[in-house]
Amino acid sequence: MSLSRREFVKLCSAGVAGLSISRMCHPGVLHAMTEGAKKAPVLWVQGQGCTGCSVSLLNSVHPRIKEILLDVISLEFHPTVMGSEGHMALEHMYAVANKFKGNFFLLVEGAIPTAKEGRYCIVGETTDAKGNHKEITMMELVRELAPKALATVGIGTCSAYGGIPAAQGNVTGATSLKDFFEQEKINTLLVNVPGCPPHPDWMVGTLVAAWSHVLNPKEHPLPELDDYGRPMLFYGENIHENCPYVELYDNAQFAPTFTKPGCKAELGCKGPSTYADCFKRRWNNGINWCVENAVCIGCVEPDFPDGKSPFYVAE
Amino acid sequence: MSQATTPHGGAGDTVRIPIDPVTRIEGHLKVEVEVKDGVVVDARCYGGMFRGFEQILRGRDPRDSSQIVQRICGVCPTAHCTASVMAQDAAFGVKTPTNGRIVRNLIFGANYLQSHILHFYHLAALDYVKGPDVAPFVPRYANADLITDRIKDKAKAESTNKYGLDQYLKALEVRRICHEMVAMFGGRMPHVQGMVGGGATQIPTAERIADYAARFKEVLKFVTDEYLPLIYTLGSVYTDLFATGVGYKNVISFGVFPLDDDGKTSLHKPGVYIDGKDEPFDPKLIKEYVKYSFFDYSKPGGLHYSEGETNPNPDKAGAYSFVKAPRYKDKPCEAGPLARMWITNPALSPVGQKLLKELYGIDAKNFRDLGDKAFSIMGRHVARAEETYFVAKAIEKWLKEVKPEAETYAKPEIPDSAEGTGFTEAPRGSLLHYLKIKDKKIDNYQVVSATLWNCNPRDDMGQRGPVEQALIGVPVPDIKNPVNVGRLIRAFDP
Repeated sequence: MSLSRREFVKLCSAGVAGLSISRMCHPGVLHAMTEGAKKAPVLWVQGQGCTGCSVSLLNSVHPRIKEILLDVISLEFHPTVMGSEGHMALEHMYAVANKFKGNFFLLVEGAIPTAKEGRYCIVGETTDAKGNHKEITMMELVRELAPKALATVGIGTCSAYGGIPAAQGNVTGATSLKDFFEQEKINTLLVNVPGCPPHPDWMVGTLVAAWSHVLNPKEHPLPELDDYGRPMLFYGENIHENCPYVELYDNAQFAPTFTKPGCKAELGCKGPSTYADCFKRRWNNGINWCVENAVCIGCVEPDFPDGKSPFYVAE
Repeated sequence: MSQATTPHGGAGDTVRIPIDPVTRIEGHLKVEVEVKDGVVVDARCYGGMFRGFEQILRGRDPRDSSQIVQRICGVCPTAHCTASVMAQDAAFGVKTPTNGRIVRNLIFGANYLQSHILHFYHLAALDYVKGPDVAPFVPRYANADLITDRIKDKAKAESTNKYGLDQYLKALEVRRICHEMVAMFGGRMPHVQGMVGGGATQIPTAERIADYAARFKEVLKFVTDEYLPLIYTLGSVYTDLFATGVGYKNVISFGVFPLDDDGKTSLHKPGVYIDGKDEPFDPKLIKEYVKYSFFDYSKPGGLHYSEGETNPNPDKAGAYSFVKAPRYKDKPCEAGPLARMWITNPALSPVGQKLLKELYGIDAKNFRDLGDKAFSIMGRHVARAEETYFVAKAIEKWLKEVKPEAETYAKPEIPDSAEGTGFTEAPRGSLLHYLKIKDKKIDNYQVVSATLWNCNPRDDMGQRGPVEQALIGVPVPDIKNPVNVGRLIRAFDP
């Protein structure tokens, strides 16, 4: 049974290998997205993160990041990329959120610290009518923007599940979007694109799918999500079961150290408990991937990092 | 869109200008300057985020640190990984095979190229180059002092700006290619798997080395033919920015890219330059202060990292930053490309030497020949561009030294108790990781990073941090458009 499933997956991945999701999209959808960009701007906010998700997005190949920025999305706010700064940037962000209320995408990178009234992450400041300064916390920012958004996307494991900022030992009350939405009773649609960082195709592909749905719900149903809010399209397959080295596992040929041949299970590979399509999509324009290089540390999973560590001990 | 806190700003008035958020950097930073008679007279850097890596690391398997710490910074994860694996090497008592050292240099070196190119083009350049009139390039300051404002001849202004803008877009491709080089041996990027205590995890094949070399050739061509000429051309338009942002003129480098297996020599030398004198670097002389930082210490004064404490307290009276204030011999020291290039003082690129002569009338062979010009907003960009070339030329050598199919890894044993420190240089400045192991687990982990060195608040003695000090004297002729403040901060690449 499992063998035939493996063969089935091999067939699928052979067809998909080397093709990114956005490339698979119908050219008409890309055109619609370009038209729709004005109607659905993107606000990308950052909490307790490392900017790694943003940097990973820059590595997009199909389409190139240049096309994404100039032709595909209207990136109205992004702290690492945008030209503006200070009050000008924040005022613009609020203006866009109000002008396009219910019609923009809120992309959140990083966790939301909730301890100490959120003061572990200050994202900017505003001035009220009396000229008084007010610091804006990540908590306040998401509380204000998320209810106004058409949909929120949790970019990366920190915003999707808490990730490393929420790991054992933290004192900041780092919280995922889902938990924060529950606390705050925010009902906006939430889609998670986890990964530390996420593959650029997962981010672009999810946005494409969401946009296509908004523009033409009949033809483009929302992509199916798993129990953790992730698109099945990217996170539906088990890494170990689909691993090109799984035969080595079946034959109990285990690598004794990183640089010796064999399955990496005994070195701590978390492929068996991790669901993502890295095994066929590979990383950085198909150059390599974690298991070929070392081990999978399960960075897309809700229990990353605590449930996956120690990283170099077999699970 | 006024940034000013008071409506005044006339002669004699002091105006407080907060910039929050400072954008096109990594992380959360607010800077507030006081401007009097058109220049900055005081400044404060507010680090606005705390995640608690040092606390999260405690009690974990020491080997996990090289994965966890990379998430400190998605722009330079390889630097944190390098510092962590060097600390592990020291604590485990393991010697990385020669090929492992070279593969690590190839991984880290490729990200140096990526980081510097990303920094100049995608973080800093919009302070000078006018982007298209669409998001994310707008809104922008009304009086932004861009190339198109500076060059009076309209046709020349447009063509120079287009030269910059075309490169902005091309550099997006080039930095992606650099990441492909990182991933060649690092597994993926951001956040590599390929470096661990004991070496590198993937033995290089001839094919991978050739693939890396092919990409490298393209990147080197971009650096030589486009990045360097653009920096020197830009500097010739903004000559005033070679004379502002001097700072303390105290610089520090831990050294980076080991050139032998015992760590005795490195591409960039370790050293300090304080009060006009060169001195050897002595790690014992580092202390971190927290009087103005949101942390409590169990005893007064500064602490050496080996006895470092991380107890956050956002309610602390008088504190204004989540960044501690590291000092060397109790002095604030600037870290980064300027510091490294000043201390190592390598030959400038042939392109640099030629353009310095042609555009500036300067005869310069080595970096220090730039003299005081180096300690400025534009000087820091020149240092970064020249360093990109310097590292690229080293990568050329490492590509000849790396051996296909030769071992890159020596398996370490985790000791019951041990300690080790990894000293390296992130693209943005000096970085150390201190690892203390007890019962085979992490007992203490301390990180003193580049942003701590540069963007720190005042220390217990009341001395400003290096960026705070470098802001003093920066011209802000128009308080509604304080463009030079952001330029100065970004020149440090925080």
